[in-house]
Amino acid sequence: MNAETLLVLLYVLVLASFVGFELISKVPPTLHTPLMSGSNAISGITIVGAIVAAGPMDSSVSKWLGIGALLLATLNVVGGYVVTDRMLKMFKKRK
Amino acid sequence: MDKDLLIKIAYLVASVLFIMGIKMLGKTATARKGNTLSAVAMFIAVLATLLNSQVLSFTEIFVTILIGSAIGLFAARRVEMTSMPEMVAIFNGFGGASSVLVAASEYWRQAHEAGLTMPAVVAVTVVISIIIGAVTFTGSLVAFGKLKGLINGRAITFGGQHALNALLFLGALAFSAMVVLDPNFELWMLAVMAIALLLGVLTVIPIGGADMPVVISLLNSYSGIAACATGFVLNNQVLIITGALVGASGIILTQIMCKAMNRSLVNVLLGGFGQTSGAASTGGGEDIVVKEVGVEESAMLFDSASSVIIVPGYGMAVAQAQHVVRELTDLLEKRGTSVKFAIHPVAGRMPGHMNVLLAEANIPYDKLIEMDHINDEFANTDICLIIGANDVVNPAARTNPGSPIYGMPVLNADKARTVIVCKRGMAAGYAGIENELFGYPNCLMLFGDAKASMTKVVSELKELVTA
Repeated sequence: MNAETLLVLLYVLVLASFVGFELISKVPPTLHTPLMSGSNAISGITIVGAIVAAGPMDSSVSKWLGIGALLLATLNVVGGYVVTDRMLKMFKKRK
Repeated sequence: MDKDLLIKIAYLVASVLFIMGIKMLGKTATARKGNTLSAVAMFIAVLATLLNSQVLSFTEIFVTILIGSAIGLFAARRVEMTSMPEMVAIFNGFGGASSVLVAASEYWRQAHEAGLTMPAVVAVTVVISIIIGAVTFTGSLVAFGKLKGLINGRAITFGGQHALNALLFLGALAFSAMVVLDPNFELWMLAVMAIALLLGVLTVIPIGGADMPVVISLLNSYSGIAACATGFVLNNQVLIITGALVGASGIILTQIMCKAMNRSLVNVLLGGFGQTSGAASTGGGEDIVVKEVGVEESAMLFDSASSVIIVPGYGMAVAQAQHVVRELTDLLEKRGTSVKFAIHPVAGRMPGHMNVLLAEANIPYDKLIEMDHINDEFANTDICLIIGANDVVNPAARTNPGSPIYGMPVLNADKARTVIVCKRGMAAGYAGIENELFGYPNCLMLFGDAKASMTKVVSELKELVTA
């Protein structure tokens, strides 16, 4: 990675952070828990890195570290989305 | 080449869907769709990654994904709503651990297996990723242990704690510098990882149970930042964008929680709150004389009330009393009594804890009113029923400048014509202080387990109705 690539990535980080703060600044308290568990599932995006790390055919330390990462990330992603959906399903307005 | 372009386009689509998903997650009407949308985004990102030319070991990958999904699905389906804080904490920890492993894998591949000299920039990103991920991992595990009662939920403090943490932090920085200078010497990297794991434990240990909403939000944010750092290691924008979104949402929740306790983040993180304050700070309330009330009398009071506000707290969650509270609500509403719930932002052990529990008991969310919107209504309310809440209704926060919680926004429960406090005993709340509300002339104490007491009140009330 050279300095220019790093700079582009930093641009992405800064802009995405601003988007994040703008989008989430006004969340009703009802949604605090689902937002947390939902965003928690989203943080399982490391699954993408884990797949690549687990990718090589030959057995190696780095590959098995990747497999470990993949297991935990999948758990995080699947569990997080399902539990969030379960919660949101319960939130009902007065009839 | 074509495949690489396709992957990048898919990541772009996924990023857009993630942003839209999290936006929709912030509004009650669209939240469920938003969650689904972000799940779709995740699915697209995963599919695209499988096209990567470095990905060859499909059998291992599919088996791992299958096992992970099965465990995740099982846990998510089985978990009780009262155990949501633990669930969120442990999932957070897995996210952090996953970031550590991805960064460690990449480091090992480059520095050890390929024998490359890692450029300083990459080494820095690896180190950051490992430190944040490791702190998230062990910090979340400790939070999980505290919430689950495996570790003492109160703040655990010892002399020189902060000095030790500072020393460890400096040590982590020093070893990180060594990694950057000599990236092929793995021992430095292992030292960084070990210290970071220890730091995660030591920074969460001194934080007590009722400060957990802040800790969980903060760890949530860390897990996003860890994913973000991994994105820098792998030069992958989708990780950076989504990680930043999660990081931002966690920080915002953390701020909301801190504000609701009138404490700074630093004050929460230093920990030990409510451990030292003695009776001296209660100011004039050394001997609070309380009036007890029984279930029959409580039922009669409810019978004649025309407006009721219920203030739930962590005690309601512990006693699993949310369903019987719903019964009480239904019963009262059938008689034309207005019932509302007043929710303090830090009631419970995680942001929005009470909302989830009451939703589980089928109480519509528009009956749950935020503190700022309901505080003026207490004065016109016949009965305020407090179930398992304490510090968040302590009037000392408004009136007594000597109190440790002075200045914290509280629910004005004391202003109601009659206050009924359903509580196990006279134990002090989390802040370790007496609640002078309990001695107020309009306050009645209904001692006992919240679920048992409420069940009795409901059956008494039913008798009154039929009689």
